[in-house]
Amino acid sequence: MENFEPEIVAFCCHYCAYTAADMAGSKHIYYPANVKIIRVPCTGKVDTIHIMKAFEKGADGVYVAGCLEGDCHFKNGNTRAKYRVEQVQNILKDLGWEIERLEMINMSAGMGERFASTALEFTKKIKQLGPSPIKIINTEKHQQVAD
Amino acid sequence: MITAEQKPLKEIIEYISPYDRILLVGCNECVTVCAAGGRKEVGLLASALNLNCLKQGRTIDIKEITLERQCDPEYVEELVSEIDRADAILSMACGCGVQTIAERYKEKPVFPAVNTKFMGASVSQGIWAERCQGCGDCLLGITGGICPVARCSKHLLNGPCGGTSNGMCEIDPDVDCAWRLIWERLKALGMEKRYEEIMEAKDWRPAGGGGPRKIVREDLSL
Repeated sequence: MENFEPEIVAFCCHYCAYTAADMAGSKHIYYPANVKIIRVPCTGKVDTIHIMKAFEKGADGVYVAGCLEGDCHFKNGNTRAKYRVEQVQNILKDLGWEIERLEMINMSAGMGERFASTALEFTKKIKQLGPSPIKIINTEKHQQVAD
Repeated sequence: MITAEQKPLKEIIEYISPYDRILLVGCNECVTVCAAGGRKEVGLLASALNLNCLKQGRTIDIKEITLERQCDPEYVEELVSEIDRADAILSMACGCGVQTIAERYKEKPVFPAVNTKFMGASVSQGIWAERCQGCGDCLLGITGGICPVARCSKHLLNGPCGGTSNGMCEIDPDVDCAWRLIWERLKALGMEKRYEEIMEAKDWRPAGGGGPRKIVREDLSL
């Protein structure tokens, strides 16, 4: 697929990654517009079904960005998120998807640069992986209709 | 409660692959508590199946429903309005629930989405351990509340075997020797005498050795 621009969903914790994104913005650090941020009160609030639905709705990649390990505002929300990410990765693996499309990332509120570099690297990785299997099928279908 | 674990996705997908309209039924009882087949797991499985079909370029119609209890005909009756719109039923309840549905809706194929494991108790969050084998003749009153049938690997009834090592079972160093637990408990209760009483050979017929078991309560029958 030429000129593929991935759609990436980032579940960002209000207390760290979201603030880091804000800081990246304030500092005018560039990060790709492919990343759509969903602010959550804590990554512990992100359930497996939320990640699954993101993929179902056509996301090419998803990442959950929580506080540094041991620094969760709610004690262990980021640890729970890590387990949930692993659970969905196992489901994706069983379904024959690349598990690299989903990642757990940790950062603190002051890491504006890290937020931007993470967004950049993740977008690059998803571009290399290509569109989600759902998008590939849909494109092929549209192609057949057009032909 | 009855514990269960979801079957591998591959097996579930194979079961339902010939069908386009699936009725995915969860249960609000035991399988909800052990996070295997409650409303949440129904949603997650539906999403995974949907993702699988989308990848293959086909669509699947999955109707999600979670019953109060799948092992009771009264609740299974609630599926009547949905059954005609389904080609097959996928049940996330224990084996009892799957069979109750299969018995009621004979014209529809029913598939299990979980493996029913054992009667267990929650040890800590996310960990369940076997505590009862339903032997039909409870011994807990004479073993200090610790079951040798469910917790001794050999179901021994008169003390530990030679495989006990530092209070643990020879099958696995993480498994407690049930008879060590029983002895410690009886000692703490000052009931050591119980330990010396020899138990006769157990009648295993009430445990299932006499064929499928049934309870008939005429006072409750309509």
